[in-house]
Amino acid sequence: MTALTEELKLGLDAPICLTWELTYACNLACVHCLSSSGRRDPRELSTDEAKAVIDEMRDLQVFYVNIGGGEPMIRPDFFELVEYATSNGVGVKFSTNGSRISPERAVQLAGMDYLDIQISIDGADAATNDRVRGEGSFQTAIDAMENLQAADFGPFKISVVVTRENIGQLDDFQALADHYGAELRLTRLRPSGRGIDSWHELHPLPEQQVDLYHWLLAHPQTLTGDSFFHLNALGDENLPGLNLCGAGRVVCLIDPVGDVYACPFVLHDDFKAGNVRDSGGFGHVWKASELFTELREPQSAGACASCGQFDACQGGCMAAKFFTGMPLDGPDPECVSGHGEVALSGIGIEARPQSTSNHSKPVPVALGATRV
Amino acid sequence: MNASSATPASTEASRTPFDSSAPWRLHPRVALRPEPFGALAYHYDNRRLNFLRSPDLVALVETMGAHPSPEAAFAAAGLDERRWSAFERALAALAASDFLEPA
Repeated sequence: MTALTEELKLGLDAPICLTWELTYACNLACVHCLSSSGRRDPRELSTDEAKAVIDEMRDLQVFYVNIGGGEPMIRPDFFELVEYATSNGVGVKFSTNGSRISPERAVQLAGMDYLDIQISIDGADAATNDRVRGEGSFQTAIDAMENLQAADFGPFKISVVVTRENIGQLDDFQALADHYGAELRLTRLRPSGRGIDSWHELHPLPEQQVDLYHWLLAHPQTLTGDSFFHLNALGDENLPGLNLCGAGRVVCLIDPVGDVYACPFVLHDDFKAGNVRDSGGFGHVWKASELFTELREPQSAGACASCGQFDACQGGCMAAKFFTGMPLDGPDPECVSGHGEVALSGIGIEARPQSTSNHSKPVPVALGATRV
Repeated sequence: MNASSATPASTEASRTPFDSSAPWRLHPRVALRPEPFGALAYHYDNRRLNFLRSPDLVALVETMGAHPSPEAAFAAAGLDERRWSAFERALAALAASDFLEPA
């Protein structure tokens, strides 16, 4: 472990990686949606309130913000807010399903500075992708990529959540990214939001995790948001990036109604630190909230203290443990030494926490179901 | 851009020769944010992050353009000569990712 990691655990004066979900509205209903999005929340921040948040980011020197949702481009003031952010020195990377990137919008996006786009797909073909993200969603994403390429946007990012079903397609994803001159981003499936249920069917199997670790080592340019550090216990070589859980230390999330959570994977009351509408705004929540102060204190390794791999994996992901009903100071459910599997097998469905922030549309969302 | 592209300056290998007797300055598109350990540096053009992990290094980087060379800056800052090589490695890494540019 480096001294830098130790320093970062104490927290920074402002986040490095700030995710901001602009709306809970979404035209898709992905089975693993971290924020259980679907319907807009009437309490969502107004344009003026959102601009005040950007003013704070500028003052705190948050150099860039990761915008998501829901589908952020659904917000009528989406372009206004992006332009306000970039003109204030706050760069924007936004995640989208691509449904709003028409040829005209692609030209508009290509004309904007200091903007990155991340298009989400979860399969390298329509069959694999649409089972998780809904019928027609693969073609929608491909159309958006075609439109960005035709508009000469430059390198965008293709963002994939690695699942049991698409893990055999890593080379295909890379080929797709190469075809568009895009960068590939792979992130870990979390049992958060609607993933509380679907994770158990979709998370990579132990032998697939080994393949993923070696693939990532062989493709070090792949963007991962540092989400696979639990795999470091598989070998002597660490994956590139910061080997730590950044929740409340270097990372946090602002949701569409202004609630501030410790990371993008824990939209749950237990990990809510405050609201940007509170007096003192976001800066006060980041610097002084009880929750974030607690997360910056030394954490117990708990049941993992006696494991020789703890320095490599750091006990894994807090959100993955929480939403599977496992103790936060125990192994990650996907612990590569198998400790998680054993612990998980003793935990019933009733022990999984209930979602406290659900904006799903009133339709059943299940793997492979046809959705509107 | 995300934290995965954040590379500690002290561990990054230098990709281009760094001449410590030539003038260098902080790239005009780099912003420094004070942090308890030193500063977080962000490059608005290549969108990379670097951690400047000591207040002395932050002060050096900020004033580099006012000196004819890094060595002159080390001397002006009154830094113990035994520490010069460590600072030189850190500056070389910053130059390799364009956080410093020839003046």
